[in-house]
Amino acid sequence: MRHFDYARAESAQQAVAAHGSERDAAFLAGGTTLLDLVKLDVMQPQTVVDINGVDLDTIARLDDGRLRIGAMVTNTALARDERVVEDYAVLSQALLAGASTQLRNKATTGGNVMQRVRCPYFRDGVSACNKREPGSGCAAIGGVNRSVHAVLGTSDNCIATHPSDMCVAMAAIGATVEVQGPEGRREIDFADFHLLPGDTPAREHALEAGELITHVTLDAPLEGSRSAYLKLRDRQSYQFALASSAVIVRMDGNTIREARVAMGGVGTKPWRAPEVEAALKGKTASEAVFADAAKRAFENAVAYAHNGYKIPLGQQAIVRNLTDLTAA
Amino acid sequence: MDDRERLKTEVSYFDPQRHPASPSRRRFLKSAGVSGLAVAAAPALSSVSYAGSPDDPDTQAEAPPAEGQRRITLTVNGRREQLDVTPNVILLDALRHALQLTGTKKGCDHGQCGACTILVNGTSINSCLSLAVTHDGDEITTVEGLEKNGQQHPLQQAFLEHDAYQCGYCTAGQMMSALAILQDDDIGTSDADVREAMSGNICRCGAYKNIVAAVQSARGAMQGGNA
Repeated sequence: MRHFDYARAESAQQAVAAHGSERDAAFLAGGTTLLDLVKLDVMQPQTVVDINGVDLDTIARLDDGRLRIGAMVTNTALARDERVVEDYAVLSQALLAGASTQLRNKATTGGNVMQRVRCPYFRDGVSACNKREPGSGCAAIGGVNRSVHAVLGTSDNCIATHPSDMCVAMAAIGATVEVQGPEGRREIDFADFHLLPGDTPAREHALEAGELITHVTLDAPLEGSRSAYLKLRDRQSYQFALASSAVIVRMDGNTIREARVAMGGVGTKPWRAPEVEAALKGKTASEAVFADAAKRAFENAVAYAHNGYKIPLGQQAIVRNLTDLTAA
Repeated sequence: MDDRERLKTEVSYFDPQRHPASPSRRRFLKSAGVSGLAVAAAPALSSVSYAGSPDDPDTQAEAPPAEGQRRITLTVNGRREQLDVTPNVILLDALRHALQLTGTKKGCDHGQCGACTILVNGTSINSCLSLAVTHDGDEITTVEGLEKNGQQHPLQQAFLEHDAYQCGYCTAGQMMSALAILQDDDIGTSDADVREAMSGNICRCGAYKNIVAAVQSARGAMQGGNA
C-alpha cells in the first residue's frame, strides 16, 4: 500500500486540527472502505487521521425521544442495540443485511454514511469516471450497468448507486448528521447529506473540507409503528442490493395511518419516496394499493441498457415489504 | 522491489535479544507540529532501514523506532510482541512477515474472501483492512492460537472429521470466523444462522456443506467441555 503520514487523534477537535482543510487528508474510522480504496489506488491520502481513539462510540437516548449515535459505533453494535432492535427494527435489519460479520464488526456509523460507490468503473482506477476524475466521462453509461447502477437520480455524468443499506433505513426513519469542522459544529438533515450526481458527481455529500461526522441522531420512533428492511440481491448474503426497501408503517386496523418508505440499490443516493408515502396514507391495505403507490416511485426512472429490470424489481421490493408488514 | 523486500522496510519485529537495534532505529521522531498528537510521517522508502542484524554490536534494548515507524505492542495468542511498523502496514502483514505467523492467509486483500480473519479482543475482523498501528495494546488470536498444549481445538478436529479443510487455503479464516460465531450468544445456532454469519468467508471449492457441519459439530464438542 502507498505510504501516508499518520496521526492518531484523541478528540474530535484534535482530529479536525490534524486533518485541516487538505483535500488529500482522510479520517480513518473502521477503514473498511478507505483502506480498500487506497490499496486500489483510487483514494490517495497523504495524511490519514485515525479517529479510533476519539470517544464517539456510545448511543444515547435524548429527552425528546431521539437516539443519538456516535460516529464510531460499529455496525454490529448498532444493529444489536436494544433500543434500535425495539424502536428501529428497519435499521437493525438493514445493518445485518449489509456486508459480512467481520466487516460489520469493523465498520462504523460515520464511515458507513461516507461509504463510496461500488461501481466497477470507479473502482478499477483506469476507466473513465467523473467521480474519480472529473471530466473524464462515465464508462458505466453504455457499459456493463446491471447491478450497482441506478435508475433514479442519475445524470449524464454518473449513474452509480449509493451502496449503503444502513443509510436507506436512516432515510426512512429521518435523521440528523452532526459534524465538527474547522468552523465549529453544525447539523445537516440526513435527507440533504448525500448529493445527487448532477454535473458534480465527485461531490458526494454536503460536508465541507475537513469536517468530521461526530454523530447521527435518529428522529423519534413513529409511535405504534412496525418496520422492516427487505433486500433483494443476486445471492442470499454478502452482496450489494439490486433493489431494497425500508418501510415504516403505522396502521389503524386495516387502514394505513402513516407510512415512510425509502429505497436502496435503485438510486444514486439513499432514496426516500414521499410520493409513495402520500399514496399510502389513509388507504386500506391491499396489494392493489401497494402496487399503485410503488409505481409512483419510479415515474421518473431512467433505465440503462442492463438495469431496466430494477424498475419492476424496485416496485416489488416495496409491495412485498408492505404486504408482509401489514399482514401481521 | 518485490513485495517481500518492500515489507521488510515497512515492518520489523522488535526483539532486542534476537534483533538488536541498529543505529538508524534510534533516530527520534521529528516534532509533530500538532499539539498533543502522536504523528508519524512516512519517509521515502529508501530512508527506512530494516531492523539490525543479530550480529549488530549495538544492543540497546529500548532504542526508539526508526524514523517513520511506530512501535506497537500486541498480545498475540497470549504472547506479548513488540513491533515497529510504518503506518501503512496492515495487521495481516505484520502477523505474517514480522511474527512469522503464516497460518493467517492473504487471499483477496480487500475484505472480500475472509481468509485473513482473526480475532481482535474477541471479535472477528478482516486483518487485511486494518492498519497494524491502530491495534497497539490489542489482544489478538490467530489460527496458531487454537491448539493448546498439543491438543487440537474442537474446531480443528471437527474440520478434519467433516472434510471441511478441502485445499486448506481459506481454512484458517473459516475457523477463526467459526470460533467467533460459536462464542457469540447474539448469533443464532441454526444451520441458516451459521451459513449467514460465515458468508464473509468465501471458499471457492464448494465445501460449504461440510464447513457448516464442522462448525455445528464443534459447537457440540465445545459445549461438552472440550474447548
